[in-house]
Amino acid sequence: MKWPPAEPHSVEWTGEAYLSGPISSDQAGGFLLSVVDFINSCSGDQIRLAPDKFIQVCKRLKDQVMQLQVPLQGVALRTAIRKLQTSSEQLTTIHSDFLLLCILAKSYKTGLSILEDDILEVDQPRDLFLYYYYGGIIYIGLKRFRTALECLHNVVTAPMTTLNAIAVEAYKKYILVSLILNGQVPSFPKYTSSTAQRNLKNHTQPYIDLSACYASGKYSDLEAFIQSNVEKFQSDNNLGLVKQVLSSLYKRNIQRLTQTYLTLSLQDIANAVQLKTPKEAEMHVLRMIQDGEIFATINQKDGMVSFHEDPEQYKTCEMAEHIDSTIQRLMALSKKLRSIDEQISCDPAYVSKIGRERPKFDFDDFDSVPHRFI
Amino acid sequence: MDGEDESLGAVMVDDPAFPNGSVDSDAARATVVGGGDQMDVEAYAALYTGRTRVARLLFIAERCGSEAVQLEALRMAYDEIRKGEDSHLHREVSAKIAGRLGPQYVLDQAWADSVDRRAEQRKEKLENELNGYRTNLIKESIRMGYNDFGDFYYAHGQLGDAFKSYVRTRDYCTTSKHIIQMCLNVILVSIELGQFMHVSNYVSKAEQTPDSLDAVTIAKLRCAAGLANLEAKKYKLAARKFIETGPELGNNYTEVIAPQDVAVYGGLCALASFDRTELKKKVIDNINFRNFLELVPEVRELINDFYASRYASCLEYLENLKPNLLLDIHLHDHVNTLYTEIRHKAIIQYTLPFISVNLHTMAGAFKTSVTGLEKELEVLITNNQIQARIDSHNKILYARHADQRNATFQRALQTGTEFEREIRAMLLRANLIKHESNLKSARKL
Repeated sequence: MKWPPAEPHSVEWTGEAYLSGPISSDQAGGFLLSVVDFINSCSGDQIRLAPDKFIQVCKRLKDQVMQLQVPLQGVALRTAIRKLQTSSEQLTTIHSDFLLLCILAKSYKTGLSILEDDILEVDQPRDLFLYYYYGGIIYIGLKRFRTALECLHNVVTAPMTTLNAIAVEAYKKYILVSLILNGQVPSFPKYTSSTAQRNLKNHTQPYIDLSACYASGKYSDLEAFIQSNVEKFQSDNNLGLVKQVLSSLYKRNIQRLTQTYLTLSLQDIANAVQLKTPKEAEMHVLRMIQDGEIFATINQKDGMVSFHEDPEQYKTCEMAEHIDSTIQRLMALSKKLRSIDEQISCDPAYVSKIGRERPKFDFDDFDSVPHRFI
Repeated sequence: MDGEDESLGAVMVDDPAFPNGSVDSDAARATVVGGGDQMDVEAYAALYTGRTRVARLLFIAERCGSEAVQLEALRMAYDEIRKGEDSHLHREVSAKIAGRLGPQYVLDQAWADSVDRRAEQRKEKLENELNGYRTNLIKESIRMGYNDFGDFYYAHGQLGDAFKSYVRTRDYCTTSKHIIQMCLNVILVSIELGQFMHVSNYVSKAEQTPDSLDAVTIAKLRCAAGLANLEAKKYKLAARKFIETGPELGNNYTEVIAPQDVAVYGGLCALASFDRTELKKKVIDNINFRNFLELVPEVRELINDFYASRYASCLEYLENLKPNLLLDIHLHDHVNTLYTEIRHKAIIQYTLPFISVNLHTMAGAFKTSVTGLEKELEVLITNNQIQARIDSHNKILYARHADQRNATFQRALQTGTEFEREIRAMLLRANLIKHESNLKSARKL
């Protein structure tokens, strides 16, 4: 297939050439290449004028790529996203497809550049669920649990009138990641939709039992529980995450010890945390020190571990800069919030609703408000 | 002297030859009444009158571990019941004795029958009288009629009916005196029934009467309120009520509580729940309460020891008192909680003035092992009741003062991140909702 001179006619070409009928496998390779070329060279402005057809092309690309099992070639979708977005804060339908391909290709870092943009505008709520769910999975793969938790939190607390399967799966992972990160699962915040609050727990019972078992703090109990439910976790593709929850239990117990003791023998640590030998305890403590999760020194001669306070003194230049940049960021966010607030207060729907509910005053008290709003 | 087990010493409990079929004891519930202070059942029972004496004796018989004490208690209960008119209790006690006290203490069917017959007759008489009064519509007589009914049922052990009758007098009470009488009766029955909600209600009702009450009644009401709080595990309130009881109580409320009990309950609850200043002001310096404490010098001593930080002797007194307290019908299931509370307070108070404490000396002061002490300290530190850290290697406890400056920075940064996260999520959600509402209004059009 030959290309026309690119700029003025990109829109017309998309329709005819790429949506017509199934493509045979020998043509497939060529098809992929041409689509990728097209995406890379088309003009963003034109695309934004007729987004639907472009989206269809991208979807076609995704299907083909998945069928041919070469998800990495779908990386071109990243450029497609940038061209389709009106602003970097907008969520398009292609976002979730792109992330899906990243996950299938197991190249999580490619997805990061897109994920790191804040999303504030959403066209289709359904896109949101998929996008944040996949985003959560990518961050879990990168072991950035805190951001993963934020993504999954967005899925679970998004406004929804009917329960959807994405939210259920997201909640399961949410429970597991909360356990790894904080050792407990927070209750639903007030703004969660009532549908979610009522129904999510019914569909995720084994995970809730898991968190109850975790709370007891006994490694052997947790291990036994996981063993007895291994098929359920396996069928949800969560077994890897569950195993990470199990190993995090040791960490949590050791961290609790740092709160109470200044020095403790490796034997006592092993006993308190239900490890078999002091050597294993030493290994765990060493790993935690290296990961920066606790501050301690191991004295191998005595078999003693001394725990220290966090050495951060908040006195360095870097810390001052960090604090300063955080403040700037928050001020910008605050300003944005205020502008949105002003927008809403001027919104006609809002004002008419408020006007209706206001107590009726005498006309003389108030003449600045038009009758229309009383 | 060895053979003569008059002393009812500790040996009895361990002796396998003793039949324990008749002693109904869960391993957990039965307490060993052994060791130095053996309970003097007679002296104890002499403190009370009325149904509570029987109830307490039966409780002791059930809970104590030694047969001799049990038989003593049952014997006294039997005698007491014979003086009254409750045939059910009589049957119960006779069954419990099961002939072990000889031919004099068996089920006396003839007596029981005559009591029942008399009861029937009296009931009929009362009913007729009451009906007569009701037709005549004389308030005072109706009230007295119901009151008599209440007394009758109470004497015969039909507590539910007694309660109902007493409550019915309420509609016919005209003076404050009547109301007080009614309240006190209801309180009495409710305590025996174990319905302490009613006790609290009627105490407040009685206290709200417009006429001022005499000192004895006030004292009685305070005790009842204290008991209700104790049952509800509100130890601080219970302590306050017991401490405010005036010495006018004397022996006027022995159908419910003895003044020794006021001292014990009040003292222990106060020790477990008051802080140091309150303890000093309300208990040690309280002249009224001192009168009660004189009756139970051990409690007085142990409170003073606690305040003066002589923990070893304080805990020793407590241990000595424990067996007897476990036999008290109101206190028994609170003893363990109260004791743990007191022990924790002692430990916290001990560590408060020091920067570092040697665990060996501390273990000696509390008469426990170093490992046991470490475990206790661990629990207290985890619950944030002691600000300290344990140096397990050298067995020293170091006080730890949180660095305010660092903590402030940390909290500020954390708040910043949380704020950012929350606001972003909120803007997203707001956007979604706006989108939905746009869709809805678009559909409407």
